[in-house]
Amino acid sequence: MTPPTSDFALEVVNLKKAFGGLAVTQNISLAIRPGERRLIIGPNGAGKTTLFNQISGDMRSNSGEVRLFGTNVTQFTPYRRAHFGLSRTYQIITLFSGDTLEHNVSLGLLGLRPSRWQMWWPLSHYTDLETEARRTLDAVGLLHLANHPVSEIAYGEKRRVELAMALAQKPRVLLLDEPLAGLSNTERSQVKSLIASIPRQTTVIMIEHDMDTALDLAETVTLLNYGRVIVDGNRDAVIADERTREVYLGV
Amino acid sequence: MKWIAAAALAAMLALLPSFAGDFYVNLGSQILIAAIFALSLNLLVGYGGMTSLGHASYLGAAAYISALLTSRYGFGHGPAAIISIAGTIAMAAFFGVIALRASGLGFLMITLALSQVLWGLAYRMSGVTNGDNGIAGLTRPTPFGISLDSPASFYWFALIVASFACLMMAIFVSSSFGSSLKGVRDQPRRMAALGFNPWMIRWITFVYAGFWGGVSGLLYVYYNKYIHPSSLSTTSSAEALLGVIAGGSGTLGGPAVGAALVLLLKNYASAYIERWNMLLGLVFLFIVLVMPTGIVPGLSKLVAALRRGPR
Repeated sequence: MTPPTSDFALEVVNLKKAFGGLAVTQNISLAIRPGERRLIIGPNGAGKTTLFNQISGDMRSNSGEVRLFGTNVTQFTPYRRAHFGLSRTYQIITLFSGDTLEHNVSLGLLGLRPSRWQMWWPLSHYTDLETEARRTLDAVGLLHLANHPVSEIAYGEKRRVELAMALAQKPRVLLLDEPLAGLSNTERSQVKSLIASIPRQTTVIMIEHDMDTALDLAETVTLLNYGRVIVDGNRDAVIADERTREVYLGV
Repeated sequence: MKWIAAAALAAMLALLPSFAGDFYVNLGSQILIAAIFALSLNLLVGYGGMTSLGHASYLGAAAYISALLTSRYGFGHGPAAIISIAGTIAMAAFFGVIALRASGLGFLMITLALSQVLWGLAYRMSGVTNGDNGIAGLTRPTPFGISLDSPASFYWFALIVASFACLMMAIFVSSSFGSSLKGVRDQPRRMAALGFNPWMIRWITFVYAGFWGGVSGLLYVYYNKYIHPSSLSTTSSAEALLGVIAGGSGTLGGPAVGAALVLLLKNYASAYIERWNMLLGLVFLFIVLVMPTGIVPGLSKLVAALRRGPR
């Protein structure tokens, strides 16, 4: 079977999720082109993270479809979507805190390799894995901490490890859930330039509240409110839109 | 220093029959068997985060199948061992599918329920299992024509099997699959997002633990030359679980130390005190309060602290 071709890296069609009677996402549709930088904004509780969870498969949708490069992945488990080129970071840091930074990033690499099933050699047997993990840590500026356990490093550094784990996988589509949250100004500009340096082969979709920083990174913006897409389009058009001011910017 | 200690321990274990009496040699065999069993349970509890209260199922199933095949159907020990291990693996594969529908407390309850079913069968299907009378009059195998009837020869046999089991399980947990397993224990959601299949990783580990549980069951029935439904009971599962937790779950040495502690208490204390269970409970209480992570991690922390000296 030849994979269906599509003009879009990620398509979301009429996606819905309700917890009991509470609808969190309602008929969300998005179409994101390969290489695009999309920012998703909206007030707290607008359904941004739920949307990410539905795209990554962490959460099952009540209805609707998710397509990656034209393939309908709605029924795919999260790990199958990962093998399809989808990576994500989490808003709440989910790292392996007892393990070293290098081990954390190596796990990200291992997840996409057949050797994850191998029951004889230890992880250290795969020197290419180690090299690649250290290279990625170097890219996020954490190589000097490679052999430290995650529990010993600072919060801002943890956020960068989150990013390194996802970047190491060389994803085709990358979901970043508030990568700047809780960072100091210095760390913010570090992570910002890090995101800016992500190659164009990767489509980046980002949830972020820090508009000053995030808008510089985004080309297109989607505004969500009460689980619906309110405005969607080019950055400047969305920002200029009256509804954006009303719902989100509050000016 | 570490290597010298390890070599000394290995020499002591190998030479135990030359300086200890039969009672201690037999106790040594029992500890080795219990250690394999506890280590296999530790794959689930310590490395997989799957706390099972039904691990005796695999010990008991392998023991019963072997006992029935050799005593009733005239099988030799070789084929009987292969069939009972294969049967145990198949059972673990099936039980795993059922139990892994849940995690945490749900998983624990399902494993408990499944083992209770087996225990009930062993008790009630007396036409097959001889019920409460158990199956007696069994024999030990004679690998390469060597009789295992003396305490020393059986001890060495058990020592070889236990060393091999320990080595294989150590390789398993430190392999890249082992890294995946520990990852799934700590952050299942994250692991799935990274491309790992958490269910499959848990299931394979469940079956592998069942396999080594079956191996310990074979040794158990060879040693006792007798099998009774109580070996399938919750008490038997719980004792092993206590051993794992007391010794230090998620460590390689811990479960073996814990299993040894349980057996020593059982054998020694029961000679002097009628209610030895109470003593067992107190000892566990002490361990949990003083060394919450278990004896082995607790002691290594203590040694590290002593080396650093007073502050």
